[in-house]
Amino acid sequence: MKFFGICLGLLLSVNLIAQPIEVIKYPDLAKLIESDKDKVAVFNFWATWCRPCIKEIPYFEQAQQDYASKGVQVYLVSFDFVEELDTKVKNFVSKKGLKSSIKLLDETDYNAFIDKIDPSWSGAIPATLIVDNINNEKHFFEQEFEKGELDTIINDILN
Amino acid sequence: MRKAYILITIAISLTAAIFIQENGLADQQGYAVGDVAKEFTLKNVDGKMVSLEDYAQEEGVILVFTCNTCPYAKLYESRIKALDMQYKSQGFPVVAIQPNDPELSPGDSFEEMQNRYKDKAMTYPYLWDETQEITRTYGATRTPHVYLLENTGDNFKVAYIGAIDDNHKDANAVNKSYVEDAITSIKAKRTVDPNFTKAIGCTIKWSE
Repeated sequence: MKFFGICLGLLLSVNLIAQPIEVIKYPDLAKLIESDKDKVAVFNFWATWCRPCIKEIPYFEQAQQDYASKGVQVYLVSFDFVEELDTKVKNFVSKKGLKSSIKLLDETDYNAFIDKIDPSWSGAIPATLIVDNINNEKHFFEQEFEKGELDTIINDILN
Repeated sequence: MRKAYILITIAISLTAAIFIQENGLADQQGYAVGDVAKEFTLKNVDGKMVSLEDYAQEEGVILVFTCNTCPYAKLYESRIKALDMQYKSQGFPVVAIQPNDPELSPGDSFEEMQNRYKDKAMTYPYLWDETQEITRTYGATRTPHVYLLENTGDNFKVAYIGAIDDNHKDANAVNKSYVEDAITSIKAKRTVDPNFTKAIGCTIKWSE
């Protein structure tokens, strides 16, 4: 019995450390954006090589923890190369113990979809799309968030 | 009472000023295709100044906002050089501008630019926009970001804004060579189409 307990514990901890990173294409991302299963879906576009992105990731992680019970889901959508999924992205995600849902967008023809995510997006990252399924609105930010900014936006939507 | 009133007035006007400034930044669009490109004089890696008017005899200029440090800029480095080698003799030389503040991105310091220029044997000027004024005026937001300028005889007009091509990862898998196609169209006196594209890139590191 104890043995099973240890096994279960191990399984759980492994699960916590190595959260799966799903490699997706634009149509998969579009489906996620259009889905209304979460009250608020936060899509943060980042990459391991983008320094301002790395700086703001803790705020998104915090939001995932603080607001998950209120129907908020954070997606961290990486623009790293799929060839570097194991060497860079997985390393980073496990080192930081990220709990948000991690996706890697494996696309090359950026011009074909940037406007569809938001017409105001020039293509620079970090960038964040907040889908508000309560009021049926979308908010787009081509900027690095400062501490507290994300909370204000999420609270405004939830209240 | 009067003091409080004055304080409130100051607070309101300060808030308004900050609000306007922030919105001003957010709304800043820079150039659109068809706009006249502003003259500039910026320092090249060899210490000499380079101006847009130095190119008055050319048919146009492939102006690229790029840097040392951005992975996307690095992926395009050899393609930028290839563009220069191919089009310089056809009247469309490359001019590269490094827009990042080295305080925030030490790998983009003037000295590092000089090193990169030597290491990569760049064939085109690599200028530093120290005040970031030209970058702001043109409206570049990321690296690499191309502004293809066409010489109208009186001035330079923006003919194309955007990416170099549609595959940052693999130059051999490119379907659309936006910059080359735009130059071909200009030379053939055809409409440049597309004249605006988007791409993922690194944000420009603006001075704080």
